[in-house]
Formats: sequence, structure tokens, C-alpha cells
Amino acid sequence: MQRRNFLKRMAISASLAATGMAVCLPSFAADTIKVGVLHSLSGTMAISETVLKDVTLMAIDEINAKGGVMGKKLEAVVVDPASNWPLFAEKARQLLTQDKVAVVFGCWTSVSRKSVLPVFEELNGLLFYPVQYEGEELSKNVFYTGAAPNQQAIPAVEYLMSKEGGGAKRWVLLGTDYVYPRTTNKILRAFLHSKGVADKDIDEKYTPFGHSDYQTIVADIKKFAAGGKTAVVSTINGDSNVPFYKELGNQGLKATDVPVVAFSVGEEELRGVDTKPLVGHLAAWNYFMSLKNPANDEFKKKWAAYAKAKNLAGADKPLTNDPMEAAYVGMNMWKQAVEKAKSTDVDKVIAAMAGQSFKAPDGFTIKMDEKNHHLHKPVFIGEVQGNGQFNVVWKTAGPIKATPWSPYIPEDKGKKDEPEKK
Amino acid sequence: MRCLAALALSAMAWSACALAPETLHDLALGDNDAKAKAISVAAASGDTAYLPLLQAVLDGEVQTVGDAQILLVKGDTATDLLTGKAVTPLPENRDDVVINNRIRKELRTAIAALKLTAPERAIRLAAARELQTGADEELLPAIGTALAKETDDEIKSLLLLTQASIQLTSKDKNTRLAAIRTLAESNNSTTKTLLLGVLEQNGDTFAEPDADVRAEAEKSLHAVQGRLSAGEMVGRVFSGISLGSILLLAALGLAITYGLMGVINMAHGELIMIGAYTTYVVQNLFRSHFPALFDAYLIAAVPAAFVAAGLVGMALERSVIRFLYGRPLETLLATWGISLILMQSVRTIFGAQNVQVENPSWMSGGIEAISGVVLPWSRIAIIGFAALVLAMMWLLLTRTRLGLFVRAVTQNRTMASCTGVPTRRVDTWAFGLGSGIAGLAGCALSQIGNVGPDLGQSYIVDSFMVVVLGGVGQLAGTVYAAMGLGIVNKFLEAWSGAVLAKIAVLVFIIVFIQKRPQGLFALKGRMAET
Repeated sequence: MQRRNFLKRMAISASLAATGMAVCLPSFAADTIKVGVLHSLSGTMAISETVLKDVTLMAIDEINAKGGVMGKKLEAVVVDPASNWPLFAEKARQLLTQDKVAVVFGCWTSVSRKSVLPVFEELNGLLFYPVQYEGEELSKNVFYTGAAPNQQAIPAVEYLMSKEGGGAKRWVLLGTDYVYPRTTNKILRAFLHSKGVADKDIDEKYTPFGHSDYQTIVADIKKFAAGGKTAVVSTINGDSNVPFYKELGNQGLKATDVPVVAFSVGEEELRGVDTKPLVGHLAAWNYFMSLKNPANDEFKKKWAAYAKAKNLAGADKPLTNDPMEAAYVGMNMWKQAVEKAKSTDVDKVIAAMAGQSFKAPDGFTIKMDEKNHHLHKPVFIGEVQGNGQFNVVWKTAGPIKATPWSPYIPEDKGKKDEPEKK
Repeated sequence: MRCLAALALSAMAWSACALAPETLHDLALGDNDAKAKAISVAAASGDTAYLPLLQAVLDGEVQTVGDAQILLVKGDTATDLLTGKAVTPLPENRDDVVINNRIRKELRTAIAALKLTAPERAIRLAAARELQTGADEELLPAIGTALAKETDDEIKSLLLLTQASIQLTSKDKNTRLAAIRTLAESNNSTTKTLLLGVLEQNGDTFAEPDADVRAEAEKSLHAVQGRLSAGEMVGRVFSGISLGSILLLAALGLAITYGLMGVINMAHGELIMIGAYTTYVVQNLFRSHFPALFDAYLIAAVPAAFVAAGLVGMALERSVIRFLYGRPLETLLATWGISLILMQSVRTIFGAQNVQVENPSWMSGGIEAISGVVLPWSRIAIIGFAALVLAMMWLLLTRTRLGLFVRAVTQNRTMASCTGVPTRRVDTWAFGLGSGIAGLAGCALSQIGNVGPDLGQSYIVDSFMVVVLGGVGQLAGTVYAAMGLGIVNKFLEAWSGAVLAKIAVLVFIIVFIQKRPQGLFALKGRMAET
């Protein structure tokens, strides 16, 4: 009896609290704009995504310090989807329907993006996605501030084929088993075919999320490499990269013999790894912390100060990386678009995003494409140094346009370079 | 001392550029083609005076100021390599001489070629090894001179192989034949690449025009391949044993708590995690208090992990599990709840992100058992550690009073109690022992995997699999099951990929348990039947 009473009381107080919140909300909304942050703060992806949450909050603080957006302060609503893909969709729905956020910044893995996509399309929300991905997608409700394959994967493979990159003839495509690596490798296989590489010279391998025993994989790479000059294209995501690179180092697979180019490994992922045995392995990105230009110096300084002030993990050695830059650019572009549209209404902001430009830490003034929701980005290929930083060995002359529908996939022929109007 | 060395080095570097300033200029300021050319000039010259300069470029110690100055920068001191004078203060607008993989390879090869005449055997041997890949025609004379002088058999055979691999492209048929015959002795994987290149066929035209040479290459390739696949087998078995030793460590503790005591402990994985986090804490203590002894932190971490996990285990037993003996379903639910509590507490204390446990420096790298098969030190250490833990546990169970009591209580509680064994206290100690061993597993796992709050989750299923497969209540069964699963998993992985291997092993175990519920090794006797 007592327990039932207790439960009843709980229910009443909870519903009271809920109505109270509902009453409060409109008055809140009058002077702040809510911004959702949807990044995994625990689980296998936390290694990569936690800093994206922090850099988004930093950009919000910075915008608020300058007076906010249209005179209103931004208010961050941070949720933790815990590297759990269905939970991403649940949290996204919560952000859009309960918290009524104007925009969401979030996701890293493509599987999490695919999981939230129907929610954003159904509720007409707005998502800024800051990570390089496999393309093959174009939604009116998403702005992709990371690279499409032609802004990362294809140039990296071309570099490895060149004389400077070692003239690789055989390819190991190694990835975590989910949509991004599988699709990227499908595109790369088609691309390699177009360059005359036969199927026997391509070895595709996948490991589960969170895999930590790379002995066999590294031994197999060695064996495969005996058949000719080999390069490895790694789309391993999350904390599996740490054991993978440790194993590479321990088994003495040198970059001068078999270079590994990674698409999801940046400064942050290499934080816990002794990079001395890894010198010369590569990463392809649109930004590196080691880039020398005034915008980047300022970005790094801001981040170091913010990390120190908030006492973030790793503040003693503040690191910036490509998705952080993309998240930062995305937040600033959204602010510009809202100011241009004079509203946070999703459709008006989407229209205002077209052609926005921003002086980015990658050293260029980069622009949001007028049509295809992707940024024009420069491409850099860097080699790992002994201190965990990357040394740029190849770059494009300037920003290049994204082609989300790959020309190497036959089904993509004739697809329009802009989202379907609904 | 350092200063002196730097001075001596710069003096040598200076003499180098006195030899060829244009080489130095190309090396520092030229494009990559010019750099490569300069390096091969240096290598072909055989002049060891180039060595410090090449090494400095490889180490990133050479910087340029505009087009005029080329500096050797060591810490805060800089020497102008063109004039040999010290430059103070350091100019502001210095640029690094950027090198990429291609140039790095050329530099390494050139340095190795120049070191072939070094007086120390170890240096010559390392140089000869380095030259096995990447040597080209221009190095033939240097290798020839080195061979003429060399007295050591091992180095000689390495050099002969290198020489042969270069001579494969010789114009003279007999030289090519001889080279291919020499290469049959090789156990290096690059040799396979070279021989495959000889046999390459493009339509009707062969890379190698002469049929005799091709036949010989076919023979040599066969010999090399045989040796390589033997090496591969060794590597595979090793990685299987390594995985087995990890499974064994994770399951040993459970073999006591579940196998002997019958407690379905779902929090076992979290005890492993506690061991790993203890290692992390000890590592941090060493880093902040005794940085000089950092490489020895594991010696302190091992007992600390054992004690920490053991204490948590004993606290669990006293507070929860002892009330639930003989009620497996409740135990399962309660310990599962405990595992969630433990995970969340670790998240609150250490944060949800993975923490970094650094390997002591002696654990990185590996030993080349046979050519091409590198056994990493960290794996070897863990295999040794697992054997040690197993031996200690066996001694404890069979040679001590506590062990005798534990066995007595698990075999017949009432009878043990009648003869005056304090069964309750023995339960606590035994559970603590099992938990402590889980802590040791955590300490070992922290050296090869990621340490995070979810660490235990990925090992709990594996641990139960091993114990159940081996036969509940049997230590020997646990050992066989762990090693068997490890090796089977690795061979399957090589054959079907990591994802499928995991599924296949799971299916195999389910089928096996259906057919033989008592596991590999069943207890025999009247006790077991009841």
C-alpha cells in the first residue's frame, strides 16, 4: 500500500514537473536559442566524438561572448547517445520534439547518421554533420561539413599510386564493419578498377567495432605485401585504431615498405600511441593541426585556452583535428545563415546556407555549395611525425567541390547534385 | 658532453659539404627528385663523411632560411652547414626540410650503404638487413667492396642476397641465372616479390625473355615460398597462443568463482576492469612521483591490481553473494546489477572516455623469430605472465592449506564443515582469490587493449565460454579450452575474416555444449552425478 502511494506521488510530481517545464519553455525561448549537441560521450566512439562536443560548446561560448545570434544567446543541450546507434535516433527525436532545438550538431559514424536521418526528415529538423563520410546521400535536412570521398579518399589513393607516394600496385582495404568503410571501399574498388588494378590485387578486410586483436590482420598484410608494392587504406573507426597502430609498430611494418593511409585517424586518435615506430604512415584530411596560417593559429590558441579553462581531459596537450575544424566551421556558418535569414526557421536557414563562406582554420575561405549541402574543401595528405603531428606532403591548390554521388558507381549516374525537394 | 658531440658532428658535416656543396644544396632545398639524386650520389661515393649529414636530414635536424642558409639545428644551437660557423641567435624564419616516405627510404638505404664498412659487426649487420629492401644498381660497387672485405658469414650471406636481388635485372643471362639461384636461399618476403616480377606475363610477352631463367626462377620461388609459409604457420600459432593466454587469464578467475564455487558472477568482467584501472592509477603515480622508475611500474601494478580487485570481490561476497548461494538465478541478476553499478562508478570517477595506459618501453617492439615473423614483446610477456599466474594458482590450490580447504568445501560442504573447516570464511577467501586473478587479467589486458569502463563487457562472454567449454570445476579443462579457442579462432580468422570467425566460434561452442553439456573434461565420481 505504502509503495503504491509512493509511486502515485512520484507520478504526480513528475507530471507536475513536466507541465512546469512546458510552461517555462516559451519564456525561455524568448531570449535563448536552443542548440542540440548529439555526440557519443561514452563507448567505442567516445575517443573521437568527445572533443567534437567540446569544440561545439567552445564555438557557442565564443558566439555568445560576441552577443549571440540576432541578440539572443545560444543555449546548448548536450545528450549522450553512448555509441549506440538506435539511441542516436531516440536522442535526436528527444532534442527535436522535447527540447525544441533550432539545430543539431552531431554524429560521427555514418551508421549513426543513417539512424537519425529519418527522424530529421520526418520532423524537418536541421543536422550539421562534421565528419568525412562515404557520400551516396543527400538530404535536405543535413549539411555535410566533412569531406565527401572525392575530397579525401580518392586523392589519397591517387597519391599512393604516384611516384612520390611509393607507386603502390596492390591494395589492402581494411575497415570496421559498417556502412562507411563498406561504401568507401566499394567506391575505391571501382576507382582502382578504372586505373587498371585487378581484383586479385585488392584485399578487402573488415573487423567488428571495438576489435582489439590485430595480430592476424597485420600478419596477413605482410603476406599480401610480398606479392608486390602494397599500400593499406584504413577506414578503422574508434578506439580500435589504438591496438591496430600498436600492433603495426610492434610487428615492425614500416611506412617505407607498406604505407598505411587512414581516413578516420587524426591527432586525437594518436594521442595515446607511441608514434615513433609509425613515422611516415599517412592520413588524408582537409585540415591538420600543423597547418601554418593565421586562422589556424587563432583556432589553436582559442582551443588551448578553452580546454584549460574548462579543465578538459588532455588540456595539458591540447590537440585540434579535422572534424573539430569542420564542427567549428559548421557552427559559424549556421550562425551566419540564421542572421541572413533573420530566423531560425529550418527552411529559411537552409535557403540562407547556400553560398555561405567562412575563413576557416584550414587557411582558405571556404564556401558552402549553392546546391549540394557540402563544403568546398582543400585536401591535405600528411605523414605521421614522431611527435604525433602530421607533416603535409601533398595538397590541392585550393578548395575543391564535393561530389557526393560518386562518378565511379554506375547506379549514381544521372542523380541530381542537390537534395530532392519535398 | 652533448654540446661537444654536436660540435664534433657539425665539424664532420662541414667537411662533408666541403666535398660537394651542390649535393648539400640539392638535399636541403631541391625538390624530391633532386633530393633523391643527391642522396644516391652520397651513397655511391662511399664517403662516410656524408653519414652525419644524412642522419641529420632523416632526424629532421636540418632547416633552411630562405635560399641562402642551410642550418644544422640541435636544440638551441645552430650551425651553418655551408660555412661551418655557429649561428646565434637562431633565425626566426626557419623552414624544416620536409621529407616524405620516398626520401626517407632513400636516406635509410644510403645510410645503410655507408655503414657497410663500419668496424662494429652489429652496425654492419643492421645495415645489411636494411639494404635487403630498396637497394638499387648504383649500390652494386659499394656492396661489392663490402663483400670483398667482409669476414662475418651472416652479413656476407645477407649481402650476397642483396647483390643477387639487384643483379636480377642484369643484361647478362648467366649473371641473372646465378642471382636467381642465390635467391633460392632467401627467406625474405621481398624476394618473393622480385621473383614474381621475373615470372610476370603480359599477354604473350614475358618480363624475362629467357626460358631457362624463368624455369630457374620458378624453382627458386617454390623454395622461398615453402620457407615463407612455414614462417607464416609459426606466426599464426603464436598469435593463437597469445589470444589463448589472454582468454586463459580472463577465465582463470572465473574458473574459481564459477567453476569451483558455482557462483554465476556477471560482474567478473568488471573485476577485470578494476584491475586495468588500478594499473592506470599506479602508472600515473609512478609518472608523477618516480618518473625515473617508470619502466618498472608494472612490478608494482601487478600486486596492486590483484589486491584491489580481490578486495572488491571479497566485499561483494560478504555483502551480497553469500546470501545467494545455491540460488543461481538471483545470483545472476544481482551480480549483473553489481556490474552496472561498478561500471557507472568507474565512469563517475575516471570519466566515460578510455584512459591511456602506456607500455613500458621494454614492451614495445618485438623479436624477429624467423625472417618475416615478428613476435611482439608485449604478447610474449603476457603469455609468460599467464603461465606464471596459472602455476601460482595451481600451487595455491594443491599445496597450501587454503587450497585444501577450498577443494574440500567445493567437493562436499557439509563434510568439510563437520571436520571443522570454516566454510563461510573459505568462501570469502576463495571468491577474493578468483576476483584477484581477474584483476591480474585486467593488468595484462591494459597493456594490449583499450582501458575504458566497458572493458569487462567484451571479456565476460569469452570467459564464460572458456569455463563452460572446458568443463565446470576443472582447471585443466579451462587451460585446454582457452588455448584451443585461441588457436581455432586465429586460424578461422585467417581463413574467413575476423567477423565471421567470431560467429563461427560461438556457433561451434553452442553445438558442442548441446552435444556434451559437461564440457571437455567432466568431473568423474559420485559427487559429480548428484
